[in-house]
Amino acid sequence: MIETGEILQTMRMIQEENFDIRTITLGINLLDCSDPDPERCAQRVYDKICQLAGNLVHTGEEIETEFGIPIVNKRISVTPVSLISQGDPRPIARALDRAAAEVGVNFLGGYSALMHKGATKADERLLASIPEVLSETKLLCSSVNVASTRSGINMNAVREMGKIIRKTAELTADSDGLGCAKLVVFANAVEDNPFMAGAFCGTGEPECAINVGVSGPGVVKVALESVRGQPFDVLAETIKRTAFKITRVGQLVAREASQRMGVPFGIVDLSLAPTPARGDSVAHILMEMGLEMAGAPGTTAALALLNDAVKKGGVMASNHVGGLSGAFIPVSEDIGMIEAASRGVLTLEKLEAMTCVCSVGLDMIAIPGDTSAATISGIIADEAAIGVINNKTTAVRVIPAVGKKAGDRVEFGGLLGFAPVMPVNPMKNDDFIARGGRIPAPLHSLRN
Amino acid sequence: MTKALVSVTGLDTTGIIAAVATKLSEMNINILDITQTILGGYFTMMMVVDLDGAQLDFEEINRRLQPVRDDLKMTIHLQRMDIFDAMHRI
Repeated sequence: MIETGEILQTMRMIQEENFDIRTITLGINLLDCSDPDPERCAQRVYDKICQLAGNLVHTGEEIETEFGIPIVNKRISVTPVSLISQGDPRPIARALDRAAAEVGVNFLGGYSALMHKGATKADERLLASIPEVLSETKLLCSSVNVASTRSGINMNAVREMGKIIRKTAELTADSDGLGCAKLVVFANAVEDNPFMAGAFCGTGEPECAINVGVSGPGVVKVALESVRGQPFDVLAETIKRTAFKITRVGQLVAREASQRMGVPFGIVDLSLAPTPARGDSVAHILMEMGLEMAGAPGTTAALALLNDAVKKGGVMASNHVGGLSGAFIPVSEDIGMIEAASRGVLTLEKLEAMTCVCSVGLDMIAIPGDTSAATISGIIADEAAIGVINNKTTAVRVIPAVGKKAGDRVEFGGLLGFAPVMPVNPMKNDDFIARGGRIPAPLHSLRN
Repeated sequence: MTKALVSVTGLDTTGIIAAVATKLSEMNINILDITQTILGGYFTMMMVVDLDGAQLDFEEINRRLQPVRDDLKMTIHLQRMDIFDAMHRI
């Protein structure tokens, strides 16, 4: 029998420490919707999503009620659209947005292109349409994979993405560049990531799969309060134990959702995903470890320990762990990061170092509106290099704040939060970015 | 057996257990275990119950507990036990 103390601990985690299931994401394969006629393709996409995801939101709400655990987001990820689009991809984008609204999910990811080695005609058409599509749709998210450890860095794609991010920011300037919050540039993108804006359903995925992302930075923070002053061994063990408990609930929810929808269970993504709410911050975990603020010397080591312990604890709690799995460090979505960035303690360079040891990359960072496309491309290239050389996923989601300069503030609202505009190194890199071509894959990609 | 936890919290008053137990009995829900304590006038009770006899879906059971919540001015949560088993038992 479960003891009273254990019941109370679970209830405290949910009610006071912001423990939640961050997302149930239904991955849907759209390869069979491809058609030379863009409108017909769009209709097939719309019909298939409405048919397969019709009861996703209801199922999520049912599980929430019965188990008493909040499931914050219900989402859909689809096959990268460049793989199904044979002509103009924009009708498909509109159909995806309509389908997402129809089934009631809060985001749909997969307006994507995988071009780490080179671009197809469809990739080029999709890339060119991203700024317009993100300014006209509400629920659609876009991602582009520009590099992989196996194939190196496609610097032509990196150069293009700098321009596309700028253009997207300009077209959505009236909402502080919100379009860019729905656009991620990846190296080593994963096929089963349930988190937005980077979720898509990879070609190795089944027809349909349930992927669940857990969260709970607040729970980890509170657990660490009980081991203040103790050595790192104890710290790591405490995080592992907490991550195990959190992930077990993720596994339960994934299994229930999978059974109720008759869709195979894919993975549980063990990520600590912060929100701008107090008590839901990854930065505050780092501070609990003994740092005055995120960004203080020691931050990278603290984050490395956290990221590793979360995985070690969680991996035993689920039969399939996947996605990004680790700690997220988005600036605008984490109150502790916002505070540190606002005070200048947390710089872009320190964040870049942190991305070497966390699960993703430079995330939700507002940069001055006059940042050039080449500079953005340089930031992407640096992140991609970290991912490619270290055999990990890295990403860039920066938001050029049109008309604003370093120190100003941008507001996205909701889970996307707000952020100070962070200064960017002003040195030019135009000649570097203009070269184009491909940075070869590293030696350790040859593992066969 | 579909086990669920009924947790009741709020200011202590007369007849809390009776009211909750009566409502559960009306729905043919069997009580398997009860723990109850009062700390500084604050009442906390946890009941483990078996929902299978009820022939009602979860939402309906939850809905029928609403008048008890309103009468007693207590917070009453109903949730499946699986979440506690998942978190605390391997």
